[in-house]
Amino acid sequence: MDWEPLIVSYLFGFVLLNVLLLAMAYMTWLERRLVAFFQDRIGPNRTGPFGLLQPIADAVKLISKEDIVPANADRLVFLVAPLLSFVLAPLGALVVPFGDAVTVFGRQVNLYVIDINVAALYFLAVGSMGVYGIILGGYASGNRYSLLGALRSTAQVISYELVLGLSLVGIFILTGSLSLVDILRVQQRTLVLGGLELPNWFLLSQPLAFVLFLIAAVAETNRAPFDLPEAETELIAGYFTEYSGFRFSFYFLAEYINMIVVSLIAATLFLGGIDGPFVDGVWWLAVKAFIFLFFYVWLRATLPRFRYDQLMGLAWKVLLPLALINIGVTGLVRLWGIGAL
Amino acid sequence: MIDFTQPTPVLLSEERQITETRRELVLNMGPQHPSTHGVLRVRLTLEGEMVVACDPVIGYLHRGVEKLGESHRYAQIVPWTDRTDYVAAPSNNLGYVLAVEKLCGIEAPERAQYWRMIMAELARIASHLVWLGTHALDIGALSVSLYTFRDRELILDIFEKFCGARLTTNMMEIGGFSRQIPPALPEMVRDFCRYLPKAIREYEDLLTENPIWLARTKGVGIVEPEIAISYSLTGACLRGSGVNYDVRKAMPYLLYDRIDFAVPLGTHGDVYDRYLVRVEEMRQSIRIIEQCLDQVPADGPLMAYESNYVIPPHERVMTTAEDMQRHFIWVIKGFSPPKGEVYHAVEHSKGELGYYIVSDGSPIPYRMRIRSPDFVNLQSLPYMAQGAMLADVVALIGTIDIVLGSVDR
Repeated sequence: MDWEPLIVSYLFGFVLLNVLLLAMAYMTWLERRLVAFFQDRIGPNRTGPFGLLQPIADAVKLISKEDIVPANADRLVFLVAPLLSFVLAPLGALVVPFGDAVTVFGRQVNLYVIDINVAALYFLAVGSMGVYGIILGGYASGNRYSLLGALRSTAQVISYELVLGLSLVGIFILTGSLSLVDILRVQQRTLVLGGLELPNWFLLSQPLAFVLFLIAAVAETNRAPFDLPEAETELIAGYFTEYSGFRFSFYFLAEYINMIVVSLIAATLFLGGIDGPFVDGVWWLAVKAFIFLFFYVWLRATLPRFRYDQLMGLAWKVLLPLALINIGVTGLVRLWGIGAL
Repeated sequence: MIDFTQPTPVLLSEERQITETRRELVLNMGPQHPSTHGVLRVRLTLEGEMVVACDPVIGYLHRGVEKLGESHRYAQIVPWTDRTDYVAAPSNNLGYVLAVEKLCGIEAPERAQYWRMIMAELARIASHLVWLGTHALDIGALSVSLYTFRDRELILDIFEKFCGARLTTNMMEIGGFSRQIPPALPEMVRDFCRYLPKAIREYEDLLTENPIWLARTKGVGIVEPEIAISYSLTGACLRGSGVNYDVRKAMPYLLYDRIDFAVPLGTHGDVYDRYLVRVEEMRQSIRIIEQCLDQVPADGPLMAYESNYVIPPHERVMTTAEDMQRHFIWVIKGFSPPKGEVYHAVEHSKGELGYYIVSDGSPIPYRMRIRSPDFVNLQSLPYMAQGAMLADVVALIGTIDIVLGSVDR
């Protein structure tokens, strides 16, 4: 067996995980600063230049706190649940292509960890498994607020998982592949529309799917205005009410890594990933992912929260039919071969 | 036809038989909870996320202000009234001093009355800003609370300029004001009146037509006009249901009958209508303040010194013998209003705030009773919460606009 590609993949995965963790740490800083600016405040600016050391201070504080297990908690599940959330969160990033293959020391290195033929399905699967951490944590806390948060989370993830998956079907129809590398290659072509040369991004050919994906992704990552499982003003902190110290920080990490991973996937699927003007490269992916992350923060600073039944209504009565219509229309277009997509 | 003498029946959690088959969950919300506005405790019986029964439990901030009134001299009670509804302290002061003035038959000079109206309306705006911020925050709109608290600072600056204190102002005195109006104050208030409409537009841009805000507030917590009257709701909770009752119009006090202002009314009696009513009330308050500033005499006395119940001014104490004696008695013993009882209501930012004082002719009230609007309005929570969702309960607590200091007193 040829071990070399495997070792290279492992090394790349290791680097990727560290980059994600660093990005997550600075995402918290960025969010706090951005929300502060939205709200006419200053935000953390005392720790280091522009408060840049704030994530480190936060991490040190969280790790050095007492690890409290409530008396009536289901002890084993309570202890394991945050780990589950945290471990599953970055897995989705493994299938994201970060660039074309490069040559390092005479060897060809692919800038992705793994290219599997069901990459998009894999991302959806890993994403929905992450919710187990939330459900188990909420259930095991022995707290009614946590339980309600966990229940909300279950219902929410099941509903929006459907929309998330169905919104991608249009892309699968157009590309004929579930591999993110293949989907990216299709997008790197040029689309000629009425004499105008446009990038063949799926944002242009699948705008409805893009909007659906965006909404479902916000719900999937439990972010405002769909942050019901942790709705502070209703459920105190929802499923992690009883968590403290580093176990709390695992949930926190998982939430932000999920945001980053979903942003990377969205950028790759709809905005052409590394494709961009001038020189293609990972910087375009970073810029596009940042746009999504900024959008997340913007939403949080602007919108009120949905109510539970409205959230369900939106998913089943509005988004799901739209996703099905989108699939139907895309299928018909593909069948009749309109446009050389 | 509803029999107003009978309370509207609402099931409380304790009265329900909880059986295995019903699968209900009793959730204790508060007294420590992010959206119970202090220390309100709500015992909720839930079926899934649906509220089956809801009973508010109060008393966690009880400080016995009414009882304290029975052991303090009349002038000493004013600072206690600050601490009932601490987000609109001048309005509380106003209700109390007007009740005592009615008892003693004092009338404050015209200039003082105008400034009292200005300060009371500023307090109303400050209270509504706090309400809007926390209400929006409860429903999840994070930023509005920061904007409203930012703008409330300007009102607190005005209070500070006038009397030195920002929150518990102890501003009004029996007989008027013994402080002078700082020369820069009218301009400061005018600046604020010019600024606030822009700020209100900013809040409204974020909320009034926001589909999520509409979904969360429209049709939620409906109180029909008859029910609102049967619960003796007042303030925006009553006017949101379309009942036109505003103490400033119904029983004008101070000089409100000289001022032109509208009383906004709702039509559906839901959370959204009460929101609109309160936002419009802020605009009307600005109108009132502007008219007051136009009409207020630039000079003139601020204190009804001609009355024997009022502490004599410093110059006269130092120059005339009777005034020195009166001053001595006033400080050592206090003043003794005539025997009798009096009730005076003002339109507080939360509703009708009434002070009922019984005097036995001594310098200390025999009994002081505060009819605080949010205590009465809070009764309607179980009615509004029937069949609501858990998330609605926080919206309903917000829409009643309670301050626990005033509910518990």
